[in-house]
Amino acid sequence: MRTLDSDVIVDAVAGMCIHANRYLPEDVQRCFAQCSSKESVPAAREIFRQLTENCTLAARTGLPLCQDTGLACFFVELGQDLHIMGRNIREAINDGVRKGYDEGRLRKSACDPFTRANTGDNTPSVIHFDIVPGDTLRISFMAKGGGSENMSRVTMLAPAEGWEGIRKFVLQRVAEAGPNPCPPIVVGIGIGGTFDYAPVLAKKALLRKLGDRNPDPGLDAREKELLADINKLGIGPMGLGGLTTALDVKMAVSPCHIASLPLAVNIQCHSARHEEVEL
Amino acid sequence: MAEYRMNAPLSDADAEKLRCGDVVFLSGVIYTARDAAHKRLMDLLDQNMELPFDLKGAVIYYVGPSPAPEGRPIGSAGPTTSYRMDSYAPRLHGLGVKASIGKGRRNAEVINALKKFGGVYFGATGGAGALLSMRIAEARVIAFEDLGTEAIRELKVSEFPLLVINDSQGGDLYVTPDRKAVGLE
Ligand code: SF4
Repeated sequence: MRTLDSDVIVDAVAGMCIHANRYLPEDVQRCFAQCSSKESVPAAREIFRQLTENCTLAARTGLPLCQDTGLACFFVELGQDLHIMGRNIREAINDGVRKGYDEGRLRKSACDPFTRANTGDNTPSVIHFDIVPGDTLRISFMAKGGGSENMSRVTMLAPAEGWEGIRKFVLQRVAEAGPNPCPPIVVGIGIGGTFDYAPVLAKKALLRKLGDRNPDPGLDAREKELLADINKLGIGPMGLGGLTTALDVKMAVSPCHIASLPLAVNIQCHSARHEEVEL
Repeated sequence: MAEYRMNAPLSDADAEKLRCGDVVFLSGVIYTARDAAHKRLMDLLDQNMELPFDLKGAVIYYVGPSPAPEGRPIGSAGPTTSYRMDSYAPRLHGLGVKASIGKGRRNAEVINALKKFGGVYFGATGGAGALLSMRIAEARVIAFEDLGTEAIRELKVSEFPLLVINDSQGGDLYVTPDRKAVGLE
């Protein structure tokens, strides 16, 4: 059995928190360039110009890309043959968040829901664990901002509503969100499972690279159809109009109860900050 | 759509001449406040107590900056979503505030308050926190220090890039989504 010191996890998580908040993934930056070149509305091009310059400035100065450096969200795949020494894994991840958010001068945005008192160190983070075969530990980190998270929704459709019901709910949600979640957005869609599981699917789908293909050809076609429809809404970058309301749509599906059709729409802003590490 | 260089605090004449779509490079002194600070400002007003800054002509920036790194006055500092301050904004406009800076839609009460009191709502680019930070020359906490990122700060800004979203004539720059195009209506 392989062993892993929890200090390694702490340092890896701290590093991801800092790095992800300064450097936007390459696929996101590439998508900005591609979408910008298709825009003819001057305001849309200007927003893309500012976002690109913002990436350059964050890299140069070490300032985070956005002041909202997010609630720290994690998807963890723990190999069942791996033994972790020292702290328990949840504590190790939270210690990594404490360290990264402090040393990286990142904003601490976690607070008590009633008193609104800040917890002071951006913990606790939201962690989804999965036990998998093997002896490695894979941790995906997402800095999830409040503005786009607030525009996300979950609903329980009737099975009879089918694809048309799903499609309308997603489009209606994006239309209502309008300029609020910092478009251009990425739309994560979770279909199936239960009331609690659909949003997990939607969030996890947001970890995929922009412009990749869904391995399921049927879902791939539906992602493309929805992306085209979302962009017909014409909201555009920052809600000022244009062709790019969404950069991409990512869908994940799981079987559900014969009586249900759970649907979650998790909206991600253009500052799609995530990173992963394998230990 | 015109382009202006203006100074904050804003005069009545400045605020009234702006139209949605105008670009404004704002210099001078502005104040930060978001959810928690607004709640406290309302409490002070309810108790007839003095506010930490002069509301006359004031420009309020909805922002919770990231901590300042060594050698800089402030961290990343882009706008937060404005609708959360909609319930407070009309009262502040009635007391002299001329403009707010944020991102996202305002409700009908705010749009009416802008008409009634001659104010504007500016949009700054959401998520461009590093870029906007470069236009902030000085930052100083002037109230509610215990709120951390949500404390009220006095900022000296230089050519801070803004777009007029809502003006004093009821204009609104945000696009209405084309629901018909996708069969929603
Ligand atoms: S929605 Fe995203 S880009 Fe916009 S302010 Fe929040 S975290 Fe930043």
